[in-house]
Amino acid sequence: MIPAIVVFLYLATVLYIGIFAFRRAKSKHEAEDYFLASRSLGPFVFLFSLFGTNMTAFAILGSSGHAFTNGIVTYGLMASSSGLVIPLTIFFIGTRVWALGKKHGFITPVQMFRDRWECGHIGTVIFVVQAVLLVPYIIIGIMGGGTTLSAISGGTVPYWFGGAIVAMVVMGYVFFGGMRGTAWVNTFQTTLFLLFGAIALIVIGVGMGGFQTAVQAMQSTPALAPLLTRERISPLYFFSYTFIPLSAIAFPHILIFCLTARKMSQFKKTVIFYPLCIMAIWLPCVFLGVMANRVADVPQIRAKQEARRVLATQGRTLPPEARDELRDQSAGDDVILLLLQRYAPLWLAGLLGAGIMAAVMASDSQILALSTMFTEDVFAYYGHKQRFGEAVQVLTGRVFIVIITLFAYIVALRAPETIFELAIQYAFSGFAALSPLLVAALFWKGSTKWGALAVTVWTAAAVVAVAIFQHVIPAPAPGPATVIWSLGGAEVLSRTPGGTAVFGFMPVVPMVIVSVLLMIVISLSTRKPGQVTLSKYF
Amino acid sequence: MKKLLLTLAVIALYVLHQDFWFWRVAHPLVFGFVPIGLFYQACFSIAAALLMWLLVKFAWPSHLESEIEKGHAREDAA
Repeated sequence: MIPAIVVFLYLATVLYIGIFAFRRAKSKHEAEDYFLASRSLGPFVFLFSLFGTNMTAFAILGSSGHAFTNGIVTYGLMASSSGLVIPLTIFFIGTRVWALGKKHGFITPVQMFRDRWECGHIGTVIFVVQAVLLVPYIIIGIMGGGTTLSAISGGTVPYWFGGAIVAMVVMGYVFFGGMRGTAWVNTFQTTLFLLFGAIALIVIGVGMGGFQTAVQAMQSTPALAPLLTRERISPLYFFSYTFIPLSAIAFPHILIFCLTARKMSQFKKTVIFYPLCIMAIWLPCVFLGVMANRVADVPQIRAKQEARRVLATQGRTLPPEARDELRDQSAGDDVILLLLQRYAPLWLAGLLGAGIMAAVMASDSQILALSTMFTEDVFAYYGHKQRFGEAVQVLTGRVFIVIITLFAYIVALRAPETIFELAIQYAFSGFAALSPLLVAALFWKGSTKWGALAVTVWTAAAVVAVAIFQHVIPAPAPGPATVIWSLGGAEVLSRTPGGTAVFGFMPVVPMVIVSVLLMIVISLSTRKPGQVTLSKYF
Repeated sequence: MKKLLLTLAVIALYVLHQDFWFWRVAHPLVFGFVPIGLFYQACFSIAAALLMWLLVKFAWPSHLESEIEKGHAREDAA
């Protein structure tokens, strides 16, 4: 129960930070202050909050779970590629969006698109697609909160109550503190989970009696040795993953965060330190996830390994439902929690549990972004701000936060978690496919609203198509993929154990390439915006 | 010339991420316990931070900020 008490203290602290931010609120430009903290964040808060916003539950729980099953490849696949691509997009796109926001008063990306391409309802279509892709994150954040709190308290706090507490706390500090509260809480949370990785590595390393023996033992075990290399993942799949971090800058909550910096020079530290922050969190988590395979005295870990073994040896003869069940049993998302329970003293397990909660609760920025987008792109755009005034607009934003959190909580109680994990998997590809919108808006005079609409509709259609395909065709057992369509000996479309492959690539690769082609072809054949508009951007 | 070199550096680092040469080997174990493939990718992260430092130092789009400052100065004067 001690770890749970430490986590409750942590939750009370973040709630207080949100309420303290509320008391610091300025009233001159109410909407800009609530939704963008009056564009006033300093360099330290900007770096840590932008980074924290992008680090979800997946950074700690998912990374170690993926590494538990797939080995060291997880780091190169998800962390080091993000460490290159995300700061590059912040450098080239984030700074430009910040400057345009400062110049023209934009609060959301859709406002910029509407102005840049002289469009109205096409902006609304972009808003809808962005919102639909964002909602699963909020739901999974609440689910993660409920699961983690229940696990940390040893089941004393039930899932429904844990989820309710996390939902209330996040809703509380976003409701009161707006962007300022969210940024401060994110800064506090990022500090916590940056410390988490190093401390967890030392504590578990000491507990295991050093890593040298464990690694050497893994090398001499045929079933575990491949986890120290990357042979379980194909080079094409590895290459495909470098497209996924393109999604980061297209996420509305990240773009909106880019508008909060006081000066553009505040991007400098963020761009330089981003790869190092990712390394500080992911490297220990991935390594510990791999090392968990050597822990023989935790029954839950042994059960996962047994499920993995059965799936690999008998998977092909089992029905799809049995394979899915074995996949769930072998999933390693809780291995880091199990390692902490095994090796960390109680008081430290509480602190480290708070670090995990910090990562799980990253849904705050998404809730605020959805509220900002709704009030600016729908409420204000369709004339309600003029009719009712700025104070009502902010109130609408706050009511929206309550409604969306309640909705997410109710769905989290009723739906299985795997559905939303899949939805997030599609959402990453979806936002990556939307990234050409930003590049075209900022760097290509010739881009048009019809090109933007084509990219948005294509993204929505592709995400739905991949989801239906994966739902209809069951995942095969570990090993070769099931080829659905081949042409002249080339495997065009396959169902892999982890998802879908198009010519051996992940779907994100053709999705982004088709988006780029659509933007070019449709824009070249339609009318450009007027000279007055173009002169604002080029 | 500066821009060309930086562009080449970005492309080179992107290509270096696909380190197929360490794909199927764990040895040598750096510090006795870190597989070489993981150590390489950790070094890649440090190289990415250095590249970002070079971009910030030599290709920072400071014109974007100065345009805004000029705009504010014009507004103040008016």
